[in-house]
Amino acid sequence: MRATVLVRPKPGILDPQGDAVESALEHLGFAVSGARVGKVVDLEVTASNPAEARAQVEKMCEQLLANPLIESYEIELAE
Amino acid sequence: MSDKPRVGVVTYPGSQDDRDALWALAALDAEAVPVWHAEAELPELDAVVLPGGFSYGDYLRCGAIARFSPVTAAVSEFAREGGLVLGICNGFQILCEAGLLPGVLLRNASLRFICRDVELRVERDDLPFTAKCAAGQTLVIPVKHSEGRYVPPPDLDPAQVVLRYVDNPNGSVDDIAGVCNARGNVMGLMPHPEHAVDALLGSDHGALILASLVGAATDRARPRAQDAA
Repeated sequence: MRATVLVRPKPGILDPQGDAVESALEHLGFAVSGARVGKVVDLEVTASNPAEARAQVEKMCEQLLANPLIESYEIELAE
Repeated sequence: MSDKPRVGVVTYPGSQDDRDALWALAALDAEAVPVWHAEAELPELDAVVLPGGFSYGDYLRCGAIARFSPVTAAVSEFAREGGLVLGICNGFQILCEAGLLPGVLLRNASLRFICRDVELRVERDDLPFTAKCAAGQTLVIPVKHSEGRYVPPPDLDPAQVVLRYVDNPNGSVDDIAGVCNARGNVMGLMPHPEHAVDALLGSDHGALILASLVGAATDRARPRAQDAA
């Protein structure tokens, strides 16, 4: 089962990469604000059903993929 | 058996300052013991140093993969038993990811790699790592990092702050350059004391921190030397 994990800097955590991207986009003439840069982790999970797959990916996020002090995560599952 | 304290320096894949740390500790009269990352058990040691570098390529987050190294579990156990553990730069990042120290280190606010001497204010001189310093003293020690912006947990006890930047180079919260655990036997710092042990190389203030560690390790080594005798 295909899973996608989106890891984002939590609100309030300074994200200089987001600021740099925002300023580069402004340089190109785009009117943007609030740019934040996170990470995407694509995975193939072996599980018998979506609920089990989600539970496993939750554990992966808690134990490794995200640092709860500074990052939030979101899990998307595709059959 | 030598009565010098045995201080281990861990080499992870991608460690870079392990040899400098071994050299500096030996220069400060410790028996510096190289420890390989694949070792699940530590040799007999009186203190452990996790050196700087880019363990496991800094993949995912700095220190996040090194946390799963066999030696990191052994170092965690050593710390739980009260052993002295000092993490420098990447070693600090590893100790944070392993949960031995509070907080996390993120990209510098400037997004630039910083490599220069910085001034540090000593906040605590009652630790095994700072006994040869004086509270309020200014130390000059180099930093060299891209990910040195310290973010503490919301509940960090201010008493755990050991060193602060005089002029914050990387955006660290509250100018924090070094912290210890609540028990005071584990410390991490971003500056590199092992690169500042000889005035010929710019500063010897790093020797105050490493000599404090060697001194504390000597106190711990003494009972063993007596046993051997």
